[in-house]
Amino acid sequence: MLYSDKVMDHFRNPRNVGEIPDADGVGEVGNAKCGDIMRIYLKVDDGIISDVKFKTFGCGAAVATSSMATELIKGKSLEEALCITNKAVVEALDGLPPVKLHCSVLAEEAVKAAIADYYKRQGLDLKAEECGPVCEGCCGSCQSFDGEDVLPEL
Amino acid sequence: MKRFVYADNAATTKLDGAVLEAMLPYLTEQYGNPSSIYALGQNAARAIRAARERVAFELGAKPEEIYFTGGGSESDTWAIRSAAALSKRGKHIITSVIEHHAVLHAVEALEREGFEATYLGVDRDGLVSPDELSAAIRPDTALITIMTANNEIGVIQPIAELSAIAREHGVPFHTDAVQAVGHIPVNVDALGVDMLSLAAHKFHGPKGVGALYVRRGMRLQNLIYGGGQERGKRAGTENTAGIVGLAKALALANEDLEEKMRVTTAMRDRLIDGILGSIPYSRLNGSRERRLPGNVNVSIEFIEGESLILRLDEQGIAASSGSACTSGSLDPSHVLLGIGLSHEVAHGSLRLSLDHFNTDEDVDYILETLPGVVAELREMSPLWEHADKEGVDNAV
Repeated sequence: MLYSDKVMDHFRNPRNVGEIPDADGVGEVGNAKCGDIMRIYLKVDDGIISDVKFKTFGCGAAVATSSMATELIKGKSLEEALCITNKAVVEALDGLPPVKLHCSVLAEEAVKAAIADYYKRQGLDLKAEECGPVCEGCCGSCQSFDGEDVLPEL
Repeated sequence: MKRFVYADNAATTKLDGAVLEAMLPYLTEQYGNPSSIYALGQNAARAIRAARERVAFELGAKPEEIYFTGGGSESDTWAIRSAAALSKRGKHIITSVIEHHAVLHAVEALEREGFEATYLGVDRDGLVSPDELSAAIRPDTALITIMTANNEIGVIQPIAELSAIAREHGVPFHTDAVQAVGHIPVNVDALGVDMLSLAAHKFHGPKGVGALYVRRGMRLQNLIYGGGQERGKRAGTENTAGIVGLAKALALANEDLEEKMRVTTAMRDRLIDGILGSIPYSRLNGSRERRLPGNVNVSIEFIEGESLILRLDEQGIAASSGSACTSGSLDPSHVLLGIGLSHEVAHGSLRLSLDHFNTDEDVDYILETLPGVVAELREMSPLWEHADKEGVDNAV
């Protein structure tokens, strides 16, 4: 199993680590049994994600996908952020090993959970279906998803 | 300058310079085929004969009881499949839940072919119970296979006691001694085993070569068809340099073994005490007493093993973990679950495996580096803040 340079960069120097004490929305997905927990904090101004932080318990890919997901949604509108898929996270990281793809699903779910929490606090309704299935990070079903495979150099 | 500390000797070891020197002639000018009758071939044949005699001597066996193989997994697979196929007793295998996958997957393959298997559990220390083994033996038990020392937690099983029970019932006993050979005394008669697997690269020999000991009188099935190599049972031109390297490495490893064990055990104990003393919510996995001299396996709660390994790598420390993320599957180590750890705690495991090539400075460096790395990862972990602020029950 090999990580891309991009994954290692985001693991070594994760962007947006920490918490936002007065966050407008907080989402947490995964569980300790499966070895991955991601929590994302959002600060929202006029429908724009003005700040985002995360805390993650998990492997190198879990940290890297959390970091990349926060980078992808920072400064975006909530609607744009809701459209960020796990595939976009994987592509931005130059791919993930198949066994790690569930981490990217968790990252997508964490973003959606944080946005859903924001809507809830605003008294707005974001239906659960819009956030896709709830990922606990260990069913393995997403491993069939084929990330961008790059032919290795010899 | 950044240090590099290799603390993953249970994964593989550095090739000893003296072993390389012993091997080199057979990779260069002494390239003859051991089956050829002219001098160049006979030189290679002689080297293999000497290697077989040396390996037999080191294990307390006879040369004709030693078969060279392509490594530990091949030896395990061969022993298990052969004993299963040739047994007149029946189609039942007994093993333990903490075996290496080379054994577990070989047994699972037999189950798919109609065999039944009993997987003996282990206690919290990682030990198989002789009473449970006695109770599991059936008239149709074809083989018992239990490892000498565990690759993850280093626990040393009471093999002599277990094999005595097997003998009483007339059941062949195989042991995967891949982690033990060259690190603790291993003598086939003292252990009372009928078959034993070993791999050269675990004791500073080359990769891709191992051996299977098969007690005289025990039948062995053909593994590879072809020429008459390895008494006709594993055909194919021998890996002369590898075989010479295996024998040389084993001879060197067993030299002053007691003293090496003493030195390594002292480093191990300092590492264990240092880690448990400096990192809250950490625990030792596996028996402290019945343990390989170089094995340290700790669980560090609220962090995940793969992240820890990657961070340690940045600091120049090579180690391993039994977390799901390093096993290539979604479940943490079967060994850690086998000794009763929860998934949560098993995810945060760290294995540091030392041997006499390590130094006290290596231990100092690990002890200086690890707490900071753990603190950094905990700072990032959503699980840690609860423990940090409220305190949690440390009972695992």
